[in-house]
Formats: sequence, C-alpha cells, structure tokens
Amino acid sequence: MTDTEDYDQEYSYILPRVSRSALKVWRRNWDVFFKTYQVNFLPPFIEPVLYLLAIGFGLGMFVGEIDGIPYVEFIAPALLSISMMNSAFFECTYSSYVRMYYQKTFDAMIATPLSIDDVITGELLWGATRSLIYSSVMLLVLIGFGVVNLPSSLLVIPFSFLAGLMFACIAMCFTAITPGIDALNYPSFLFITPMFLFSGTFFPLSILPEPVQLLAIAFLPLTQLVIVARSLTLTDLSPLFGYSLVWIGVVTTIFFVLSTLLMRRRLIV
Amino acid sequence: MADYPVIEAERLTKRFGTLTAVEGISFSVSRGDVFGFLGPNGAGKTTTMKMIQCISPRTAGALTVLGMDTATHPREIKAELGVLPQETNLDPEFTCRENLLAYARYFDIPVSEARKRADELLSFVQLQEKQDVPIDKLSGGMKRRLLLARALINDPQLLILDEPTIGLDPQGRHLIWEKLKALQAAGNTIVLTTHYLEEAERLCNRLVIMDRGKILVEGSPANLISRYVGNDIVEAEHTPEVVSCLEEMGARFEIYGDMVQVLTDQPREVAKRLFETCNPGHVFARRASLEDVFLKLTGRVLRD
Ligand SMILES: Nc1ncnc2c1ncn2[C@@H]1O[C@H](COP(=O)(O)OP(=O)(O)OP(=O)(O)O)[C@@H](O)[C@H]1O
Ligand SMILES: [Mg+2]
Repeated sequence: MTDTEDYDQEYSYILPRVSRSALKVWRRNWDVFFKTYQVNFLPPFIEPVLYLLAIGFGLGMFVGEIDGIPYVEFIAPALLSISMMNSAFFECTYSSYVRMYYQKTFDAMIATPLSIDDVITGELLWGATRSLIYSSVMLLVLIGFGVVNLPSSLLVIPFSFLAGLMFACIAMCFTAITPGIDALNYPSFLFITPMFLFSGTFFPLSILPEPVQLLAIAFLPLTQLVIVARSLTLTDLSPLFGYSLVWIGVVTTIFFVLSTLLMRRRLIV
Repeated sequence: MADYPVIEAERLTKRFGTLTAVEGISFSVSRGDVFGFLGPNGAGKTTTMKMIQCISPRTAGALTVLGMDTATHPREIKAELGVLPQETNLDPEFTCRENLLAYARYFDIPVSEARKRADELLSFVQLQEKQDVPIDKLSGGMKRRLLLARALINDPQLLILDEPTIGLDPQGRHLIWEKLKALQAAGNTIVLTTHYLEEAERLCNRLVIMDRGKILVEGSPANLISRYVGNDIVEAEHTPEVVSCLEEMGARFEIYGDMVQVLTDQPREVAKRLFETCNPGHVFARRASLEDVFLKLTGRVLRD
C-alpha cells in the first residue's frame, strides 16, 4: 500500500482523460430527448418560419438586396448559425446545470466506472448533437422556402456539429464556474444576445466601423459560424472561410480542455 | 479467492480546507463482512464512503479497495462496487425499469443481460408493479428500494450503503433488512452507515463508532455492548433517594435528566434492592443495546 500526502495532486492533471464511455452519457441524453420528441422538434420548425416571414420577407421588402443577394437569402445562414449557437449553448448551460446540480445525474454516473471527464465529454457531444438536430430541421424548412442553395447547403449538417461543439465547450465553462442557475443569465445576456446582433447576422459587418469589424472577426464565435454557413448556403466561398474553420477548431480545443479542467475542480471535492 | 482485505484503510484523512472531516482512521473489511459505520451527524461517515467509492480523493493516508489503490485504479474499483448513496440520485427522466437499464449501460452490461437482471432485481425489491412508473411518482421507501436494486445491477463484489433505510417506515425498514440479510447469506460484503442502532445490531457483524472524524471503537455489536456497558441496564426515576441508595450499593450508574441508569450484570437483584429499600417510583430492567454504547461514547448532546 502506498501512503502519500496530498493525493489531490493525482487529480490535477491538465488534459482530459476520456474513454468510450462518454458515448453512454451522450446516449442517456439522446434517450431522454426522444422520449419527448414531440415537444423537442416543434421549436426548430416554427422558429425559422417566424423569422423568415417577419424579418426575411417583411423587413426584406424594405431592405431589398444586400451585396446583390435577396435579404431572405442573406439571413437564412444567420438563422442556421444562431440556431447552432443557441441549441448547444443553452443545452450545456441551463440543462447541464439542472442535470448536475438538481437531478444529481452526474453524481449517479461517476459512481459507475465513468469518470468526470467521460460525463462532461458526453454532455458536450450531446450539446453538439442538439445543434446538429436543430439546424438540420431548420435547414429542411429553409430548403422548403427555397432560400438556400443545394447541394452545398447540405454541408451545413456536419458543420453544425463542429459549431455546436464549440458553443457547448464554451457553455460548459460557464456552467462549471456559475454559483447558481440564475447567474447563467449573465453569459446569456452579455455574451449570447449581443453576438446575436453583431456577428454579420442581420446586416453585413462591412457597415460597422472598421475596428468593430475587426473585433467581431477576431473574437466573436458566432461571426465564424455565419461566415462558414453563408459560404455554404450561397455556394460562394468567403475569403475568411478557412480562417473561420481553423478559428473554430482551435477555440473548441481550448475550451474543451478548459471545461473538463474547471468541472473537475468543481466536482472533485 | 484472493486473501487481501476487501477494504484496507490506514491513517486515512480527508480535509476540506481547514476542516478535517476524517482524521487518520484505520480499519479493514474482510470478505463476507457486514461492516457498519455509526456516528452522529457530521462524524465523517459519508466522507469515508465517498473515498472508498473513489469519488472523493483522500488528503492523506492509504486506502485500497479489492487490493487496488483508490487513487490510481478508480475505474477498475468502481466497476466492482454497488453504491446506495445517502442522497437519492435516481434519474427523474426515466421510469424505474429504465433507471436500471440506463445504469446497466454505464457498467457495460449487454442489453439482453441487463433486461434479465432488471426484471430479477425489480422483483427482489418488490417493485415489479411500479416498473413503468416515473421516479417522481414513487414514495420515499420505494426510491430507497429502487436504489438498492440499482446498486446490485452490476453484481458487485462490495456493496456500499449510505443510510439505506433513512426515512423508511417500519415495514420498509424490515423489508430492506430482509434483503440485506439475504445478500449477506449469499456471501456479499457490505459496508453500511446508519443512525438506527437497532439496524446495526441486527445486520452488522463488525462496526465502528465514529465521532468528529475519528474512530472511537471497533468490534462486534455484542462485544462492544459487553465491553462498554455490560449486559443489562436498570432504569429508575432520578430522585435523591435513589441516588444515595445506589451509592450505598456501590452500583455503577449514570444520570440522564430525570432518569438514572444502572449498568449491571445482575439486573434482577439491583431492581429488587431498589424496590425494597429506596422507594424508586417505577423501575425498568432491560438488556443493554448498542444505543447505550453509542450514547455513552458520543454523549447525549445534540450535534448540528
Ligand atoms: N464537500 C464538502 N465540503 C466541505 N465540507 C464538507 C463537505 N462534505 C462534508 N463536509 C463536512 O465534513 C464533515 C463530515 O461530513 P459527512 O457528510 O461525512 O458526515 P456524516 O457522518 O455522513 O453525517 P450524517 O450522519 O449527517 O450523514 C461535516 O462537518 C461536513 O460539514
Ligand atoms: Mg452521511
């Protein structure tokens, strides 16, 4: 038997140690989602229709075209991007917090061979999956309205997983440090809502002052989603397409490591 | 069968910041034991259970479970454990049966096998009729029973039960006791914590009493009783007459509020002499219990 002072060190490793078991956590959330799919599938059908009618066609009457593109087609990829962001972000903030704190699901899981890293990774993969499900449903609606190009728009489906994963990882960091569920309103209002407006979603970034444009391109995650999604739905590659993809990959990696680290710090006591 | 102890702890310590919840405790649990942890609220029982379960890292000392170090082999150890936690954490999104099946998946149990075990366990804890009922429609006792079933889903080598009968009515408690007896008879090793001393006396072949993070005593219930209080107790009203009478007799007694307790191996004689000479009001003789040991060692003052 070894006898060591400060075993806490054993748990202070940096890189997450994930096993295949993460998929079981993902599967648990998948099962719960499809138990109530009637409720879960309604919003992604209704939301884009409302936005398209009100903003796309309504406001579009006055806006006409942006950079030679009909306004509805300009905002269609933005709607997809916002849906990726919201579905993953809210899943891994409020919903994950409820599972962690109120339902004690994480506690129940880590009493089995699953590790905390497995549980968190499963939650993140599920957040990404939710982004994929929601934006795919929305894509169907947009295809129905004929406002996105085919077949290039189909690439939005795999992309939505990656984009969702990034927002899931960012969200999980907030969940790991929040003192309570109400405090999660701060990232929602201070981070998600402004981004919703200033990421080239409903008007092009080019009409903003140049420093603001640069900030949006350098730092706002949603900007990257809109750049990639718009390139795909309009079949018109933005010069920033590659940059945005790499940006998403790097940020996802950083926040994945950070979220597991912060969660270990929160849950291992 | 391997000859190492199922659990071996040496100078096991857990600190939360400046608070020492468990302070250098040593104990060893052998195969087939039903090993109890007793102690007042905040004694460190749950903290100790969590260290055994590999979900709370120890601050110092050594701890092996099934021959493996909890710090280095959590996955392997957890695969062999069945845990009934103090705080219910059943999955509220699922029914009883789905809870067992979902849990079986975490242990990598194949689906067909999991279904079979879920059915067996639901009938073992007498919840077949509730199998398709969501968790929030269960009574507290049913939840505890389902937690016991869930703890058994992986056919564990070691069962850890943190207050298995907390909040149960007498029927529910007896049902759980009966199930635990059956598990013990089948050769299972069980570690349990409880506040019900009668429960510990009935179930445990060995136990420790903890207080403020330390182990006060260890032994079998019978052994602890005879060691610390003797076999019998005579209780009488606390009056000056009775006290002076007992002092005269040279009896070993303690005063608790309006009651005097005489610790003795000759209860009949003590009772008789009290009646005859000291006008004691009513006198009551009974066998000593673990509760007497517990109160003697941990005091009668309420803990927070
Ligand atoms: N996560 C934690 N952070 C800080 N202190 C803790 C934590 N968990 C437990 N403690 C403290 O450690 C001490 C022992 O708690 P523990 O839960 O082990 O007691 P217990 O013997 O199980 O009590 P009970 O009979 O009430 O369940 C208590 O003082 C408690 O406040
Ligand atoms: Mg406890």
